[in-house]
Amino acid sequence: MVMAVTVHIPTALRAYTDRRESVETEGGSVGEVLQQLTAAHPPLRPHLFTPDGRLRSFVNIYLNDEDIRYTGRESTPVKPGDSLSIVPAVAGGR
Amino acid sequence: MATLTEPTPAIELSKDEILRYSRHLIIPEVGVDGQKKLKAARVLCIGAGGLGAPVGLYLAAAGVGTLGMVDFDTVDFTNLQRQVIHGTSDVGRPKLESAQATLSEINPNVRLVPHPVRLSSENALEIFRDYDLVVDGTDNFPTRYLVNDACVLTGVPNVYASIFRFEGQASVLALSGGPCYRCWYPEPPPPGLVPSCAEGGVLGVLPGIMGTIQAMEAIKLILGIGTPLKNRVLLFDALQLRFRELKLRQNPDCPVCGAHPTIRELIDYQEFCGIRGEAAEPEPPAGDEVTPRELQAWRQRGRPVFVLDVREPHEVQIAAIPDTTLIPLGELPRRLNELQPDRETVVYCRSGQRSARAVRHLRQAGFTKVWNLKGGILAWADEVDPSLPRY
Repeated sequence: MVMAVTVHIPTALRAYTDRRESVETEGGSVGEVLQQLTAAHPPLRPHLFTPDGRLRSFVNIYLNDEDIRYTGRESTPVKPGDSLSIVPAVAGGR
Repeated sequence: MATLTEPTPAIELSKDEILRYSRHLIIPEVGVDGQKKLKAARVLCIGAGGLGAPVGLYLAAAGVGTLGMVDFDTVDFTNLQRQVIHGTSDVGRPKLESAQATLSEINPNVRLVPHPVRLSSENALEIFRDYDLVVDGTDNFPTRYLVNDACVLTGVPNVYASIFRFEGQASVLALSGGPCYRCWYPEPPPPGLVPSCAEGGVLGVLPGIMGTIQAMEAIKLILGIGTPLKNRVLLFDALQLRFRELKLRQNPDCPVCGAHPTIRELIDYQEFCGIRGEAAEPEPPAGDEVTPRELQAWRQRGRPVFVLDVREPHEVQIAAIPDTTLIPLGELPRRLNELQPDRETVVYCRSGQRSARAVRHLRQAGFTKVWNLKGGILAWADEVDPSLPRY
């Protein structure tokens, strides 16, 4: 079954999603949602994945308020109405 | 929860201090004992900039007894839009001198300890050991990881915040068994991938909001009241005016705070973050750059060089080199078809960092005659057209 999920895009990556703060996408798992998202916005892909298709280590993905590293990574199942957040490392402060 | 400091019998409040702090003293959760804890507390603020300004102002006003600050920079005109601890007449002055003048005016009872050094693996542990709490207001990944590791190794909690444009993150890290920054981000992004505030900009109010959250968390930790921002991260989106909270877990495999740590002393953080030598960006090989004067000379001799601007449209409104074409860096991959691979092309941005990435991308895409404008439009303003505004 296909599920609608809201993906929150951080400011630093909105240049690759036509400035949109969130994107509605579909998929039964976190991995499928991210594939759909990067298929719809190809310039986003290198910012989330390495060339061999692994999630980059400095980008954290949260399903609702949980880090997917602790819930089964990309195979974590998603439900309708879930929100997925891309949370890249940010260093600014001065 | 346990408090960081205990008031010693030697700590007393003077009559003036009782008056000054009276709005604290009448809160049952603070009271005279709490105010004495604040007076006994030693807080180290890393950076006297966007985050450090509100942190310093509010902690000094609140009566934190010892306030250390680490910064080696001088006040610049571009700082004043957000670093409210400094004023226009402070431009050119060391930030610590300027900050001290402001803070001692706000509260002369605070002992201010300046550390006018670049925080490094050689000095961090020694500096941190004299403090109960660190507030991290730095602006780059090597120092973020250095502050994190030094906090874990010395057992000093880290009140963390970070900002970008309209977004902020905050958390209390390395607090008695809680997660550290490496639990959250085991590795930094490669240099140049995440823009800095100098490159990406920041709305001036944002560090005010995130810095005051840090100041509040610092005071709660000192007093031992409430629930600290531990095991969670606060995300703030100013454009949507939305706060969100994410869970943060201690990673048992964390190399610095995990069960079997592999990092037991401070490392080379420039190397860890992929940055070597003094330059923040790897220098492109010789022959990849032209200076503004060279470009100007080419143009004057009628050489048909194409000049590509990879900044954002709002930057073009501030200043632009004439007869140039705008394609923002983020749009470049999908707009390559608008360019001619065999045409001589010079790429520029604000300072030359984004354009260096654009040059690398264009070369990989088969462009053979591409150069980076060394120092960007800032250098162009210095060398060719001083009438252009700097930003």
